[in-house]
Amino acid sequence: MTTTTENIKRPADYQLEGPKYSGLWTNYFLLYLEDITAVFDGFKALDVEAFGVSHNELRVIIGPNGAGKTTMCDVISGKTMPTTGTVYFDEAEITHLSEIDISLRGIGRKFQTPTVYDSLTTYENMELSLPGHQKLWSNLRAKVSSEEHDQIMSILERVNLDEQVHTQAKYLSHGQRQWLAISSLIVSSPKLLLVDEPAAGLTDSETELTAELLAELKKDHTLIVIEHDMDFVRQLDSYVTVLNEGLIMAEGTMKEVQENPEVVEAYLGR
Amino acid sequence: MSENLNEKKRRLPVGLLVLLFLGLVAIPGGWYTGITSIETVNMLGRYMCFAIVAIGLDLVWGYSGVLSLCQALFFSLGGYAFGMFCAHHGGPEGLIDATGWKLPACFFVVYPYQVGEGPTDALVPWFWKLSWYLPVAVLLGLVIPGLVGFVIGFFGFRSRVRGVYFAILTQAITVAAWNFFCMNNMKFCGTNGLTRFKYICTTMHPPGTKCAEYAPWDLSDPKVQMTLYLATLFCLAGVYWLSIAITRSRLGRVLIAIRDDENTICFSGYDPANYKIFIYVVAAMIGGLGGVLYAPQMKIFTPEYMTAKWSILVVIWVAVGGRGSLSGAVLGALGVNLVYNFLTSRAAETWPFIQGLMFILVVLLWPDGLMGILDRLRLRGIEFKLRFKI
Repeated sequence: MTTTTENIKRPADYQLEGPKYSGLWTNYFLLYLEDITAVFDGFKALDVEAFGVSHNELRVIIGPNGAGKTTMCDVISGKTMPTTGTVYFDEAEITHLSEIDISLRGIGRKFQTPTVYDSLTTYENMELSLPGHQKLWSNLRAKVSSEEHDQIMSILERVNLDEQVHTQAKYLSHGQRQWLAISSLIVSSPKLLLVDEPAAGLTDSETELTAELLAELKKDHTLIVIEHDMDFVRQLDSYVTVLNEGLIMAEGTMKEVQENPEVVEAYLGR
Repeated sequence: MSENLNEKKRRLPVGLLVLLFLGLVAIPGGWYTGITSIETVNMLGRYMCFAIVAIGLDLVWGYSGVLSLCQALFFSLGGYAFGMFCAHHGGPEGLIDATGWKLPACFFVVYPYQVGEGPTDALVPWFWKLSWYLPVAVLLGLVIPGLVGFVIGFFGFRSRVRGVYFAILTQAITVAAWNFFCMNNMKFCGTNGLTRFKYICTTMHPPGTKCAEYAPWDLSDPKVQMTLYLATLFCLAGVYWLSIAITRSRLGRVLIAIRDDENTICFSGYDPANYKIFIYVVAAMIGGLGGVLYAPQMKIFTPEYMTAKWSILVVIWVAVGGRGSLSGAVLGALGVNLVYNFLTSRAAETWPFIQGLMFILVVLLWPDGLMGILDRLRLRGIEFKLRFKI
């Protein structure tokens, strides 16, 4: 492994020193989950004691099916209220905020299945993701400024969607929809990007471009990427959290995690 | 390919131009030369009121994906607000109540007294008095539906009532309103509705004085009917233009996004409930405007328009014309009603079958209605040109 992941400034024992104990957590973490549990009909889908993501970190969450990866995203983005526990983001508690408020505070999300607005064109999809005019009245008169236009076009060129600018999203291929979803997320310039399975259903070359894209974003964004595809995770080269049955099983670089016997057991022993 | 959307040349609203041409040139021209009778003009005026109502539903249903079955209720509220004004000033001079107000003629269902023998408690209800002056009546015809729409929208959309549940909720509200307006003791003149419309008083004369003395517009005068027709045409054009402006703004694209995927738009920071309430109130006020214009042209306004049938009819107009297209809503409302008019005078018994057939065909074969068929024909035309290199 390269040194990038080791460079992240991180207290040695941050598992123990959550916000409850240290007042200095915002120095280390943009996002911090503390004692989070999510219970559905008596089934504990998520039980995270402590989970922090540093500023400008790319964190990958892996884990077998039903490990609670998406539930964790739901809790962070406000889609699901946690049963107990607290979510801290950007120096504030966001546990009980709605998904709308959380998104306005700067957490953007891409869903597992690429959610784009079918009847709108690629460009219009991007336009709606632009930050700043989410309120009704300012929206009525909102126009795309030339900087915003250039930004949209440069992102679309990067993901090879510049030929489809005025194509309705329903005519895009699966890969293009994935990229459009990711592009919309980027243009909304959130502080934290939750990217749920960006490589699902993509061809190898498409996967490669997606990995490159995420690596670029890593420079000036904080990202949480959920992924199944191990090759893809290896390409990302970053700190990995392994979830299993709702619990954090291991954390570390990909290499460390792969050598962890428990992780091997959870992945292969089923 | 990469031009800024703002700089992209706006498409001409062809439908609006066609409508204005036909409505402003062909029909009045026909009337002046004696080809079209004033009855036809009046009928077209009323159908254009329906078209206004249909545009309102199209904004809510076609663009935002909210099936509302109380568009005809908003129409009725507008119609009642303006109908009360007409009833105040119309009909024979009936009973004068203890406070000096003339009881409208349709009140005989509530106060069955002869002139001169009414007791002191036979009074014009307070809510009737609001509609005495023309501007107030018009304003109420817009504000009351808007308020009712706001209340329904606020509680419905805030509680995330969606899809078929919202349709059922609004249908139930419409039926409840129908029951309410039909009750004689609610003093809305019961099932007979508001009747004996005669004048539109353009002057502001005080309550108790007679309208006829202030040079009112007589509703049976062809010139007045023509004026009302033109007023309806301008209102329709205005509503159409306003709706184009809304749907072409970014707000319009947010509405379409809400229709496509309401859950996702929350994660972009938009609150779909606010947007839906806004468009619902706009649609309600548009519906009310339709009612305001309809009442004096029909010269009667009954609770019939609050029955379940009428709200479904509005849905049929929009569906047949093409939901999600403003021209479609206008085309559907005018087209379906003209077919209805044509059939009722020739083979009335076939109408329910034709109506049912239209709806079935639209649901099964042409989900985008007449506008969808036109679009498909246009595509065929382009294909044809390409194939034969014309």
